[in-house]
Amino acid sequence: MAPVSLAVLRKGARGIVTSVRDDAQSLGDEARSTVSRRLLELGFVPGESIEVIEEIWPGGDPMAVRLGNTTFALRRREAGSVFVDVEGP
Amino acid sequence: MDPMRLALVGVPNSGKTALFNRLTGSRQKVANYAGVTVERKEGSFVGPGRQRVYKVLDLPGAYSLTPTTLDEAITRDFLLGRLADEPAPEFVVCVVDATNLRLNLRLVLELRDLDVPMIVALNMSDLAASRGYRLDRALLEAELGVPVVETVAVTHGGDRPLLEALERLPHPGPRRAVAWRESTFEQIQQTQREARRILKVAGYTEPVRKRALERLDQVVMHPVAGPAILAVLLFFIFQAVFSWAAAPMHLISTGVAWLGSQILELMPGGLLRSLLVDGVIAGAGSVLVFLPQILILFLFILALEDSGYLPRAAYLLDRIMGSVGLSGRAFIPLLSSFACAVPGIMATRTIPNLRDRMATIMIAPLMTCSARLPVYALIIAAFIPNRPVGPFNLQGLVLFTLYVAGIVAAMAVAYALKRTALRSSYHPLLLELPEFHWPHVNNLMIGLWERIRVFLQRVGTIILSMMIVLWFLSSFPAPPPGAPGPPILYSFAGMIGHGLEHLFAPLGFNWQISLALVPGLAAREVAVGALGTVYSLSSNNHDVASALVPMIARTWSLATALSLLAWYVFAPQCLSTLVVVKRETNSWRYPLLMAGYLFALAYAASFVTYRVATAVLG
Repeated sequence: MAPVSLAVLRKGARGIVTSVRDDAQSLGDEARSTVSRRLLELGFVPGESIEVIEEIWPGGDPMAVRLGNTTFALRRREAGSVFVDVEGP
Repeated sequence: MDPMRLALVGVPNSGKTALFNRLTGSRQKVANYAGVTVERKEGSFVGPGRQRVYKVLDLPGAYSLTPTTLDEAITRDFLLGRLADEPAPEFVVCVVDATNLRLNLRLVLELRDLDVPMIVALNMSDLAASRGYRLDRALLEAELGVPVVETVAVTHGGDRPLLEALERLPHPGPRRAVAWRESTFEQIQQTQREARRILKVAGYTEPVRKRALERLDQVVMHPVAGPAILAVLLFFIFQAVFSWAAAPMHLISTGVAWLGSQILELMPGGLLRSLLVDGVIAGAGSVLVFLPQILILFLFILALEDSGYLPRAAYLLDRIMGSVGLSGRAFIPLLSSFACAVPGIMATRTIPNLRDRMATIMIAPLMTCSARLPVYALIIAAFIPNRPVGPFNLQGLVLFTLYVAGIVAAMAVAYALKRTALRSSYHPLLLELPEFHWPHVNNLMIGLWERIRVFLQRVGTIILSMMIVLWFLSSFPAPPPGAPGPPILYSFAGMIGHGLEHLFAPLGFNWQISLALVPGLAAREVAVGALGTVYSLSSNNHDVASALVPMIARTWSLATALSLLAWYVFAPQCLSTLVVVKRETNSWRYPLLMAGYLFALAYAASFVTYRVATAVLG
């Protein structure tokens, strides 16, 4: 199955990160850092296992994901930069 | 001999500060970096070899040298020697969380490229080992090319391996300029691949996550149970602040009253006795009484912070905060503002976007800080009956209402600001939720001690000197001989109070309150001391420090009391806050805007409260 964006995954979905898209969404204004760069720095890199463990109700935004041994909270818009090879059905 | 400068660097939640506390104990100096209000924590210790003195800096947590927040920018600039008056460090200790090396190792590689003598401290190695983590330390050391030691920051002697490794580092020669270039998108991926290769070579097995922690997260972050738990927790904290503090507060007020009566007995009557009893003891004493409440509130905040709960609360509240245009991240500075707006405003530096940060700063003073507690507590004790309402206590409920009023007002102001002056485009949320762990007593105590010190310093400096000035204004000029009425009526203070009474009469404030608001401009809790001094000097009963509650209960109407409560929800009566806002924003625009809008709100709220209460209560 082709990788899908993390933004469309719901609670309980798990898979392997395949890529992070280098977009220009800036993260803060202290420097030229972007969401994509920070995602990489935090370990959203190809090969890592990822699971959506929780989402705010209603709407499911923001969401909490488990990446390897770390938990992160992020909004679906940020999650849109991460692509995942989903496991199972 | 010159001390060696040692910088502790690490990602947030790596246990860096715990290790700093372990290394330096209570020999710490907390200040700010020049020009910015990023907290600068410095300590020192002598190496076990007795040959070297180390000056340690606990740098702000950073995920990367490419900063997204002011904190991270300071850490980078410090390491690169770009800060004024801050030479680059001789040694760097990179603190990494052994239970989470996949997150931590990339920063180690980035720091290694700076070519500054460095040691990697595998912190929390005991915890990692107990969860079945495996790592060949020697192999990791060989791969990284820098010393790697295991540390346990929370146990005595847990820093021993680090100390020994430090002593073995050769004295670095004269400093060279540190070269650094921001890595590209591709380079970050490259470094991450390298980090994962090294972990594989070193035989790293990730520790297994405890099932209990997993279940805890399922409850705490549950979309329905999570917010409910947060609400209950906050409510419990505010109830505890009132009920647990009662006994120690009684002890302090009894002690203060005893001291006053001793002086009255031992000293001949005269100006000096009046200064001591009416100015110093009645004034500063009535503020000191609130130390227990402030400590309990800070204890809860520090414990929540240390346990890892706060970022989860930020996650849970992101939606609600987003509805008024703020980020979930704003929750942490706003919660700190319940203790004091000054650290709260300083904590906004973790908010990456400038306009979001400004909006958070502007509403921080609306959070009910502990300096308002003395005022609220005084009025509540005098006017609200202490009786149970269901499982709660009426006084506690009124206090809770005041807190809610501040929050609602803050949200309304944020909504207005984010739609007008501080409108901004979309801002991302990307937040690590660290593993829960028990707050460590040692760290709590060091944090709490810092608060006690700051509070006592305030009582001893600003508050005490305002009290003495007020005593002087209240005692001079002396009344003409044979004048009827208490002497204070004829003093400067009496004149100022009567002048201000015209301004505040529509709010139901008498001249004593109007007068107490003047020194209360410097700091809110001073108003309580000022009322103590004013009432003490206007009566023959010198025991006012302990009798202020019955005194105001007798002389104020309920409408006046409620109006004053409403005033205190809004009034920007804190010079320190305004000064910090000036420093944080680098202009007078924001502090002036803040003072202006808060005074306007305070006046309007008090006016409405007084009119409505008078109409309803008759």
